Amino acid sequence: MPKTITEKILAAHAGREAVAPGELISVRIDMALANDITAPIAIEIFEASNVTSIFDPERVALVPDHFVPNKDIRSAKQVQMMRRFAKKYGVKHFFELGEMGIEHVLLPEQGLVVPGDVVIGADSHTCTYGALGAFATGVGSTDIAAALVTGEAWFKVPESIRLTYHGELKEWVTGKDLILHTIGDIGVEGARYKAMEFVGRAIERLPMSDRMTMANMAIEAGAKSGIFAPDQVTIDYVSPRAKRPFKRYSSDPDATYSMERSYDVSKIEPQVAFPHLPENTRPISTVDTIPIDQVVIGSCTNGRIEDLRTAARVLKGRTIDKNVRLIVIPATPTIYQQAMTEGLLEVFLAAKGVISPPTCGPCLGGFMGILGPGERAVATTNRNFVGRMGDPTSEVYLAGPAVAAASSILGRIGSPEEL
Amino acid sequence: MKLEGTVWKFGDHIDTDVIIPAPYLVTTDAIELGKHCMEGVDPAFSQKVQPGDIIVAGKNFGCGSSREHAPMAIKGAGVSCVIAESFARIFFRNAFNMGLAIFEAAGVSKVIQAGDRLSVDRDTGEIVDHTNGGRFSASPIPPFMQELIEAGGLMAYVLKKKQGGTGK
Repeated sequence: MPKTITEKILAAHAGREAVAPGELISVRIDMALANDITAPIAIEIFEASNVTSIFDPERVALVPDHFVPNKDIRSAKQVQMMRRFAKKYGVKHFFELGEMGIEHVLLPEQGLVVPGDVVIGADSHTCTYGALGAFATGVGSTDIAAALVTGEAWFKVPESIRLTYHGELKEWVTGKDLILHTIGDIGVEGARYKAMEFVGRAIERLPMSDRMTMANMAIEAGAKSGIFAPDQVTIDYVSPRAKRPFKRYSSDPDATYSMERSYDVSKIEPQVAFPHLPENTRPISTVDTIPIDQVVIGSCTNGRIEDLRTAARVLKGRTIDKNVRLIVIPATPTIYQQAMTEGLLEVFLAAKGVISPPTCGPCLGGFMGILGPGERAVATTNRNFVGRMGDPTSEVYLAGPAVAAASSILGRIGSPEEL
Repeated sequence: MKLEGTVWKFGDHIDTDVIIPAPYLVTTDAIELGKHCMEGVDPAFSQKVQPGDIIVAGKNFGCGSSREHAPMAIKGAGVSCVIAESFARIFFRNAFNMGLAIFEAAGVSKVIQAGDRLSVDRDTGEIVDHTNGGRFSASPIPPFMQELIEAGGLMAYVLKKKQGGTGK
């Protein structure tokens, strides 16, 4: 039977010859991840079990990134719990402030997730690692607690959806626009329980950063995972970083898909997802005059160096609108350093933006840029739910870094073409 | 086992950010989380809801983040179960793992109204609306999930498998 990449990775980790969609299987985990919001519950459940060791201290990552640098005493206590747990059980990959970055940017950057892996994370955007050709999916804290004991997790083998992209990208169009367009097409539950497999000539030309942005938002279509078959681009990214040997899998040509979609990317403009669902997408040229109060450039979706370069290209030599606050969040210390070396931070400061330390912060309405009643933000983040970035009457418009940067200058949602 | 309660009705795509907004994710205490349950869509919900009450919603309930605080908050608020047209997958998984009863039943959101009295047979998945006479059968719970429920959640299940629960 021809198999998809997802079925092959799951079969290999279940110790099976083959698995089929719908089967419930238990699989070996290559990396289990939790953050300062989800780890505390996992730790409490684990410690209540009286188990005295974790399955593998090398295969657990604890990243305090959501409310860190600690936004208040209670957040500080949650990180203290993680720190204590990491010491007690010898967790190798606990990231202290200074080394900490946004988990889904940090782990691939540090070579802690590699092609062919099965990764679970108590964070819904764990699906990001599918960009490397891994099966990666978000789970809850109890799943992490159980995995700490067994090194395994249970899954229903997902059906796969094949999304094919062909043609040449227009200027300013990135992976963010492709995934927003796709979510706009299939809807926020269009891929519920399924694996989204991204293929096609346009995908082969995409850099890793764009692939990670796309896999990151698979969850916004309800998917269990998003995946790209590893190619030379993947290998060039992974090889200098990988902390473990890795294995490349790919789908058989006649594997079975429950749905197929094909997109001509040359027809896709920069996209904006209107409140309050990521599926409410519109091409930028159809967006009316919508004044904004804040722009956030960062997050696990678009906080990579490539995203900052795009934003800086738009902002260079310009100043943001006096009614707008611009917050730029390099996702990891390495990216921060690189942005400094490349002079990007200077561009943001000269434009009257502010630069935040790496954190999820405002994306989920935590801190470092909360919206007040009725305020509107353009954000390169992943969710525009009611109250996501602050007050329940505030609004979040999702876009890529080029539109976000241009909007900060225009004082309204707009494209770099208008500058 | 029968669950009985009054219905609180919500729409489609109720996400985990409105079930328990992020600013409250600084505790692991279910009762405290319950005090802010559904605050993003109905700020007074936790004051109005009575122990045993039932949430009925449309499709894709629990979409968004993986925060297990969402089913914890619902349980902490005293809600006995959630019935929806469909559930987002991480929420579905979390509910079984931590022991919140949930039922997927087509058509519920059209027939069942806010304030209706409902009973749900936890074993058979039979749902009866005593206010308007509506009857529904929830999608059967997969055998493995049934095992999880019987064991008392995923962690209890895992420990039972690992040498009778001592885990040593």
